Amino acid sequence: METNQYLDLFLEESTEHLQAINDHLLKLENHPEDTAVVGEIFRSAHTLKGMAATMGYSDIAELTHEMENVLDLLRNEKIHVTTNVVDVIFQSLESLEEMVASIREGGQGNKDVSALVDLLNRIEKGDVEAAPVKPVLMDGLGPVSECEHTVITQAKSQGFEAYAISVTIDENCVLKGVRAYMVFEELENHGEVIKTVPDVEALENEQFDNEFRVLLISKAIEEEIKLKLLNISEVVKAEVDTFQPEQANLNQPDESARAEKSGDEPKTKPSSAANQAASKTIRVNIERIDQLMNLFEELIIDRGRLEDISARKKDPELNETVEKMVRVSSDLQSLILKMRMVPVEQVFNRFPRMVRGLAKDLDKEIQLTIIGAETELDRTVIDEIGDPLVHLIRNSIDHGIEAPEVRKKNGKNPEGNVTLRAYQSGNHVFIEIEDDGAGINREAVINKAVEKGIIAPEDAPSLTDSEVYQLLFSSGFSTAEQISDISGRGVGLDVVKNKIELLGGTITTESKPGNGTLFSIKLPLTLSILSAMLVKVEDETYAVPLSSILETATIDRSQVMKTHGQEVIDYRDKVIPLVTLRNVLNVPQTTEKQPEKNTYSILVVKKGSQMTALAVDSFIGKREIVLKSLGDYIKNVFAISGATILGDGNIALILDTNDLIK
Amino acid sequence: MVPLKVIVFQINDEEYAIDVRQVQSIERVQKITRVPGLPPFVKGVMNMRGEVTPIIDLKERFGMGPSQYQKETRFLIVSVNGVIIGLIVDTANDVIDIHQDQIEPAPETISGTDREYLKGVVKIGDRLFMMVHLDRLISLEELHNIQKG
Repeated sequence: METNQYLDLFLEESTEHLQAINDHLLKLENHPEDTAVVGEIFRSAHTLKGMAATMGYSDIAELTHEMENVLDLLRNEKIHVTTNVVDVIFQSLESLEEMVASIREGGQGNKDVSALVDLLNRIEKGDVEAAPVKPVLMDGLGPVSECEHTVITQAKSQGFEAYAISVTIDENCVLKGVRAYMVFEELENHGEVIKTVPDVEALENEQFDNEFRVLLISKAIEEEIKLKLLNISEVVKAEVDTFQPEQANLNQPDESARAEKSGDEPKTKPSSAANQAASKTIRVNIERIDQLMNLFEELIIDRGRLEDISARKKDPELNETVEKMVRVSSDLQSLILKMRMVPVEQVFNRFPRMVRGLAKDLDKEIQLTIIGAETELDRTVIDEIGDPLVHLIRNSIDHGIEAPEVRKKNGKNPEGNVTLRAYQSGNHVFIEIEDDGAGINREAVINKAVEKGIIAPEDAPSLTDSEVYQLLFSSGFSTAEQISDISGRGVGLDVVKNKIELLGGTITTESKPGNGTLFSIKLPLTLSILSAMLVKVEDETYAVPLSSILETATIDRSQVMKTHGQEVIDYRDKVIPLVTLRNVLNVPQTTEKQPEKNTYSILVVKKGSQMTALAVDSFIGKREIVLKSLGDYIKNVFAISGATILGDGNIALILDTNDLIK
Repeated sequence: MVPLKVIVFQINDEEYAIDVRQVQSIERVQKITRVPGLPPFVKGVMNMRGEVTPIIDLKERFGMGPSQYQKETRFLIVSVNGVIIGLIVDTANDVIDIHQDQIEPAPETISGTDREYLKGVVKIGDRLFMMVHLDRLISLEELHNIQKG
């Protein structure tokens, strides 16, 4: 069967269904008694199975088939919803997502799903506690992945033993990386290294203290390995213990019992029907909307011409028609612009699961609250904002929220709260990430910044709190004492800041020690439409973005002074340079030389704390303009950031005032 | 052999030709917005159905002084490696078929025009067309070098 033409459709729909399963699973975890939610999951899995089978993706079909069986039992209340069951379904979902992703990238969507299918089978047969191949925590070695788990189990069945090894290197050692390498050499002689904490790369770069851990599979006995290791010079301590991945599952029954108990509690059953009032939508390629916008702009040009003509002809009937057309086209314009706007929900909806996963990995209890997911942003911004948010949320969870015991000791609810909030205010959209964790330790930040040479020690006391928090976003900064794979190695926050600034936004930080931290991102509503002041210089019209204008004013010629050949004016007790646009832009003189005017029309523009006054011939007024690029041929023009098409169809250039500020 | 369709246009009474597949449309003279700081042959940008399109004066590009707009003056909108650009020409009014083997190397003594901007010449009857090498004519690197210089 020729399936290529259906591939796009399959990818789009399966992504939607996977997202639906994800959303409903999270809901199910909170309301285990709600069989209607199970029904939703069942339907999505069923559709997915059908589609995958038609397209010939047998692994997806096989896995969804087993999921369906389990879901069917759940739906008919033959088995109960336990954390364990939900975990297994989540794992299946993850595998499904991997397979769909592989298909999207041109792969075949094949994956070994036998382990999961087996698990689902066991649940189906009533073994509700069938152990999920979940990350298993081992002392100091972090979670063990599914794959590693399989390797260990297999190795054990073949007479190998798994060892958790901790190696300590002398603290005076100069070449720690080399010693670590020698340890590996030695271990590789005896078996296979499955995992190290920190990872090999970090070890080779000496990014560890004096101790590191290794998970080894070997036939050798503990003592032998230990002796060999101690023989390496500068290794002061080596501990070798057998490693039992199953141990970590001991807490499993506990958790499921809790889930069942909570199921018994009288809870208001949420009416899932009410939540399902989904609006009817169709999918439209973004290119078509752009085309629509372009065509519409042409219409606006002709509208302008019609307006001119009707003004000349003075025909009441024509006037009336043109007026109506103007009104309708204004409505049409705002509608088309709105089409480019999409709810931030698209970005937000991947976070609940991410937070759930992180909380489990880090052994923290975290409640994520999402507010304002319906807030809309321009499509371009939506596409770019995801990664920075992921990073900030990870940061809040990893560094912000304390471990449950610590929270309890400090008189807080052991469950930490992370709030993700979006709202619109004026021409901006704010996205905030707030946690009620430990807050930012001012001293720790300053010490680190001094140590990294970002600030001078003598400057530290005079810094305001917000200046200190901004240090977090400097490149090469990380406050985490230990490197964790959750928030990386401090390469992230400066990247976050750059990305946000690239989108024309800003990020601010507020923090109260002991009470939590708030990251607030301010983004422009859309990238392509901005408010600008239109100004005239001779016959040419320029647009100056309002965001860079401090003030417009008319000043008398006598107020202009000269210092070192540069014209300056006195602006609110500050001397600022005066730049005449006609001169810097080489505007050709078109009209007869006019008598020198006695007043200047000026725009005061700013860049950071610097200000400059721009002299123009006259102001036309404020307009909403659509930003267009000058294209590939004309690039990097001094003081010009782009162009816009005016109502009369002519092009006005948009000034980049940053170039004009001296 | 498949004939090559070319659009014929004139500059200073000389005839030039471009592969028709590179021509998007032929427009009447419209208002151009000057962009400061560009070489003189780049006249500025024009609104081409909602797209901001740069306009080059071919006559000035060939070193024959700026074009005077006449009733017959046209903007030839061409696409070169995905870049859309308008060329000002004196008139553009003919489409003809030529064969690849009719294209001969440009003679050494071609008037005014730099030979490197020509792919060759085509002689049909008593008409002589110069085949314009568009890629070289609006090479981006060259423009950016001019801007820097």
